[in-house]
Amino acid sequence: MSAPTAAARRFLPSSVFGRNLLTVLVALVAVVLVLELTSPFRNSQLATMSYYAIAAVGLTVLTGLNGQISLGHGALMAVGAYTTGLLLENEAMPFPVAMLAAMVVTAVAGIVVGAAAARLHGPYLAGATLALAVGVPGIAIYFDGLLGGEQGLRISSPTPPDWFADAMYFLTAGEMTSARYLAYIGWGTLLLVVLLLANLIAGRYGRIWRAVRDDEIAAELAGVRLGRMRVLAFVVSAACAGLAGAVLAMVVRLAAPSGFTIVLSLALLTAVVVGGLGSLGGALLGSALLVFLPPAVTDIGTDLGMSGVQAAQLAPFVYGVVLVVVMLAAPGGVMGIVRRLRHAGRRARGRGGPSRPAAGKQGVGATDQGGRG
Amino acid sequence: MTDEATLEVRDLTTRYGPVTALDGVNVRARPGEITAVLGANGAGKTTLLRSISGLVRGTDGSVLLGGRDMSRAPVEAIARAGVAHVPEGRGVITELTVEENLRLGDLLGATRPQRRHRLDGVYEMFPALAERRRQEASSLSGGERQMLVIGRALLSGPEVLLLDEPSLGLAPRIVTQLFGLLRDLVDRDGLTVLLVEQNARSALAIADTGFVLNLGRVVAADAADTLAADDELRHAYLGF
Amino acid sequence: MQQFLNVTLGGLSQGAIYAAFALALVLIWRATRIINFAQGSMAMFSTYIALVLIESGQSYWAGFAAALLAGLVLGALIERVVIRPVEGGPELNAVIVTLGLFVAIQALAAILFGASFESFPAPFGLSGFSVGEFTVAFTPFSAFVIGSVVVVMLALVALFRFTDIGLRMRASAFNQEVARLLGVRVGNMLTLGWAFAAVVGSLAGLLIAGGNLVHPAYMDPVIVYGFVAAVLGGLESPAGAVVGGLLIGLALSYVSGYLGSELVTLAALGILVAVLLVRPHGLFSRTTARRV
Repeated sequence: MSAPTAAARRFLPSSVFGRNLLTVLVALVAVVLVLELTSPFRNSQLATMSYYAIAAVGLTVLTGLNGQISLGHGALMAVGAYTTGLLLENEAMPFPVAMLAAMVVTAVAGIVVGAAAARLHGPYLAGATLALAVGVPGIAIYFDGLLGGEQGLRISSPTPPDWFADAMYFLTAGEMTSARYLAYIGWGTLLLVVLLLANLIAGRYGRIWRAVRDDEIAAELAGVRLGRMRVLAFVVSAACAGLAGAVLAMVVRLAAPSGFTIVLSLALLTAVVVGGLGSLGGALLGSALLVFLPPAVTDIGTDLGMSGVQAAQLAPFVYGVVLVVVMLAAPGGVMGIVRRLRHAGRRARGRGGPSRPAAGKQGVGATDQGGRG
Repeated sequence: MTDEATLEVRDLTTRYGPVTALDGVNVRARPGEITAVLGANGAGKTTLLRSISGLVRGTDGSVLLGGRDMSRAPVEAIARAGVAHVPEGRGVITELTVEENLRLGDLLGATRPQRRHRLDGVYEMFPALAERRRQEASSLSGGERQMLVIGRALLSGPEVLLLDEPSLGLAPRIVTQLFGLLRDLVDRDGLTVLLVEQNARSALAIADTGFVLNLGRVVAADAADTLAADDELRHAYLGF
Repeated sequence: MQQFLNVTLGGLSQGAIYAAFALALVLIWRATRIINFAQGSMAMFSTYIALVLIESGQSYWAGFAAALLAGLVLGALIERVVIRPVEGGPELNAVIVTLGLFVAIQALAAILFGASFESFPAPFGLSGFSVGEFTVAFTPFSAFVIGSVVVVMLALVALFRFTDIGLRMRASAFNQEVARLLGVRVGNMLTLGWAFAAVVGSLAGLLIAGGNLVHPAYMDPVIVYGFVAAVLGGLESPAGAVVGGLLIGLALSYVSGYLGSELVTLAALGILVAVLLVRPHGLFSRTTARRV
């Protein structure tokens, strides 16, 4: 949308919400097309991507816009997943209600964590949320009667209702498999979340969060209640993680401690860092990477003669290396590079658009790398 | 012509972002002389010293030490080449003891007895420090801190001494004492001293030559007594 | 009563290990203002090097020495190559880099050494001393654990207090600019600081492993405990880290002994949150104000 011509602009809705809605609707059509045209295997990969993406867009709001890092999002996803699992037992309630409940429960957990985290920054916050990530799976083991211990909770995934299968058959002439249905649930949720977050970011709260990130003291002098805004960011982010956990539970059909290790939290962090902190598009891109990269590198590993176990470890190895390399070479992530290229292109064409201020002192995109001279 | 310890700053320009702190500055300081750099707040005096010791990189121009270009050398290399920079006010490492601070001045190439001897020399010069040698430097008063950083700079046996506002916060009596000491050292050891001072009157009284900076440019350079006698200059830039 | 005694003794020897690990974190924090979240992975990696040597027929002590040496090299290398560019930059960047190292090293270890549990030998007996008719939970190996931690700490104190290199390192940690003006090669001192810290971390890794099972993630909880201990001690003070480590060791041992071992990490989290909310500068801090 760098420079749409005046003619094209006339057809676009004028409000931010309208434009975002339009984008999401176009995306929805694309999602239907992609899901209908791809195999059940790809469908389930895309379902996986949807829950990574839901969690990642939430995390990018927290870290990229508000400047707070969290290694606890894997644990928050666990809260959402276990809640969903308990509520869906014996098909006690329809799944949208369970998802909503999972979101609310996780958001409440987010208030607690966020209130403690609001006073922390940088390494302290990372350490505290790391403790959360390492500690929370212990709860599931401690209450093994309710939560299934190491084995975890089996979860009965919703099956596509006849009316939905019929409607989609009528629309696309495609069979409604279970994997496809779950992918629809995931992507539907994701698009809704993205729409809501995009509006939040463009609006008053987004501006305040950025102001807090860039200059705490100035924001406070301007009357922003820092603690409250931080907790709010954490709650929004936690709600996303809860929803992501709910989708995960249904897609994986299992909530077990081994699914929510620190590696999950770090994978989410990788997704948002690679895409470019603070950018929803970047978070989506990063989530795609989390899903499609591991099989690719695992294949490479097997081709190189590695055992299955070894090859499976290549993915986290690549996450780690990517985190380091991105921070050293392009702290703005993919979106940062795109922005820079676009900026350079615009300048080359001699129009010289307004320069975008670099991210603030805590921000990852900051251009000033300090260092000793 | 160029002595080992001659310090020469040529056409030095230093910018902090859009602000030009030094604009084509030329300064020369010779061994056995005290060269005063005078001027109001913000004239660029401190930036000049920081550019010489490498803490700030000049955008243009060069810094020569005995004819050797040091303008791209790292700070620690410049220090090892014999340039001791006493920064204004904050040169004391408050977490270390007084003696540890002093020991830091004399880590390069000396035997233990030699170092002990030199350390005792500093304690003789500043008895107040000797009494507090085991205390943390954070407990020192402003004047004692100045003594500490100057003593530490002398311990390294420098060829060039850069002093940034050494009189700041010191009682006039101590300033006189300090400047007297400085004069003796220069006459005895042939030290090159670049003395940045706001207190122009007392600085010119002990200096041989002087440079007056204003808004990053050298506006006057002459023998110290000539500068001190120039009424117009004194009123315009030196405030006495 | 006997259980209390045993839990206390167990807590002390675990605490000694956490103290060493916390000390390593503090050394790096003081020098570079970075919490090295990769420290657990680095320690795990050097412990695996010891394991490989021991399994190939070398003595425990050869493996022990090789692990400490590996820690030294790894610490220096990591500081030089990936930490140096983010030093002094935005703090989030450094945090993310050390987290990236954390995962990458762990995965690399799984690729090179396998991801399964393997038992790690102990150089001394693992059955408790007998006092009269009782057997207490204090073993010859516990004595070795506490002894080696004490020795390393005394060595560090001696290094920092009495040697020129220690003085240079402290000067670099406290005030880089002044240190450089005095001719100290600050960059080298920071590298050295990371190297020494990694040795101490590796020691902690070896001691945790002794007589236990190791796998690539076995240090994960220890990072948390060490971090909590370091924060408890104020993050700035090596002595505080040691006391913090012992306190955490005892506290977690009581939780594990009386409440259940699954709750240990949660208890550590609880202690951390309590400390950060009530005494953010740690229990022993002298500094008046610090943002956490």
